Amino acid sequence: MRRWIGLFALVLGAAALAAWGLSAPRTVDADTAAAVSAPGDAAAGKIVFYAGGCDSCHASPGQPDPLRLAGGLALKTAFGSFYPPNISPDEKDGIGAWSAVDFANALLEGVSPSGTHLYPAFPYTSYRRMTPKDVRDLFAYMKTLPPVAGRPPPTSLAFPFDFRRGVGLWKLWYLGPLGNPNSSGKSDSWRLGRYLVEGPGHCAECHSPRDIFGGIIAAKRLTGGPMPDGKGKAPSLMASALADWSKADIAEALSSGFTPSGDSLGGAMAGVVRNTAQLPAFYREAIAEYLKSGAQ
Amino acid sequence: MKRWLVVGLVTAVGLGAALADGDPIKQRRDLMKANGDATKTVVGMMKGAPFDLAAVKAALKSYAEAAAKEPALFPDSSKTGDTNALPAIWENKADFEARFKKLANDVDAASTAIVDEASFKATMPGVLKNCGGCHEQYRAKKT
Repeated sequence: MRRWIGLFALVLGAAALAAWGLSAPRTVDADTAAAVSAPGDAAAGKIVFYAGGCDSCHASPGQPDPLRLAGGLALKTAFGSFYPPNISPDEKDGIGAWSAVDFANALLEGVSPSGTHLYPAFPYTSYRRMTPKDVRDLFAYMKTLPPVAGRPPPTSLAFPFDFRRGVGLWKLWYLGPLGNPNSSGKSDSWRLGRYLVEGPGHCAECHSPRDIFGGIIAAKRLTGGPMPDGKGKAPSLMASALADWSKADIAEALSSGFTPSGDSLGGAMAGVVRNTAQLPAFYREAIAEYLKSGAQ
Repeated sequence: MKRWLVVGLVTAVGLGAALADGDPIKQRRDLMKANGDATKTVVGMMKGAPFDLAAVKAALKSYAEAAAKEPALFPDSSKTGDTNALPAIWENKADFEARFKKLANDVDAASTAIVDEASFKATMPGVLKNCGGCHEQYRAKKT
């Protein structure tokens, strides 16, 4: 009997040790670190900024300037309230003291400069598809924005979600290898569209249903889902749901906000449109191309 | 007997119509639907469809009617039901109503300003901005 208890304790201990090891935060590899550390192009980064829609969550609430990024707009979810941090180039409260590698670790790996997991309310789940060039250009652009002092309240979630190491296991489960999706025979426009939709644009984060642990249900990606803040629903972006939309209609909606039925997009999508309207026209056309192809 | 049945039916139908007319949710949705239909044409013209001043005037008339009637169509009793209206409307009633007032003013100014295609393309985007501004704060589509 004692032997069994001992064995059980041993197995449990080994499992705990394995879980601890597996849940450890991982940072970008040496090649990526070198690539993102090269000088960035701020003008190109401005386009990445609008494609990524950083201001939608990080702009200071209660003021109209989308480039004042002191954070603090509470994102109330079933898990608790998330407070997007200050990402203005303020030395003390923002990312002014970050290195390009710190920035890449946050965007691509969901890991903070102090080496802790970031909650996936921050969509590194999509941003991890971004190219090192876009990461360094975005970083260069964000350095040009006004530093804003002040920190929002820390995110506090209910047990067990307050245990950040658990995010490591969450990442193992939901973030598979990126691989190289088959894009043979596809146009450059389609490739750009896929990159924008699945990477910086992070469309799937709202337009997909999630399971009880907050992970996107892979088989239902982009088929629509409840808004994370509980206000209404983000519709399906599958080609079947967009049957009445031409490519030009999609590009128009991402430019003026008007749908083919003459409705004006609202809710969080209104802010998304303010950003996509700033992109070069061929970016919007590329997104339309990818979505009309069935997004796969 | 048959005659009474007819009278009864007619009364019932009339009553039903009256009730539907008195339903603020249906009324405000109908006004918005009319705006959408009008906007479809307007956006088409912005994108290059042939300019049609009469259609623009009709759209402005639809917007003016909505701006005038909508504020009264959100009584406390109409928070729930077949509606995409958010509770934020009733929490920020003054702002909500001010936005319709601004729309009315913008439409009024545009009605005078728009006389040809050039003035249409210069003025209409400003009017149309009102749509998204309100939808962003006060509407969440359920489907």
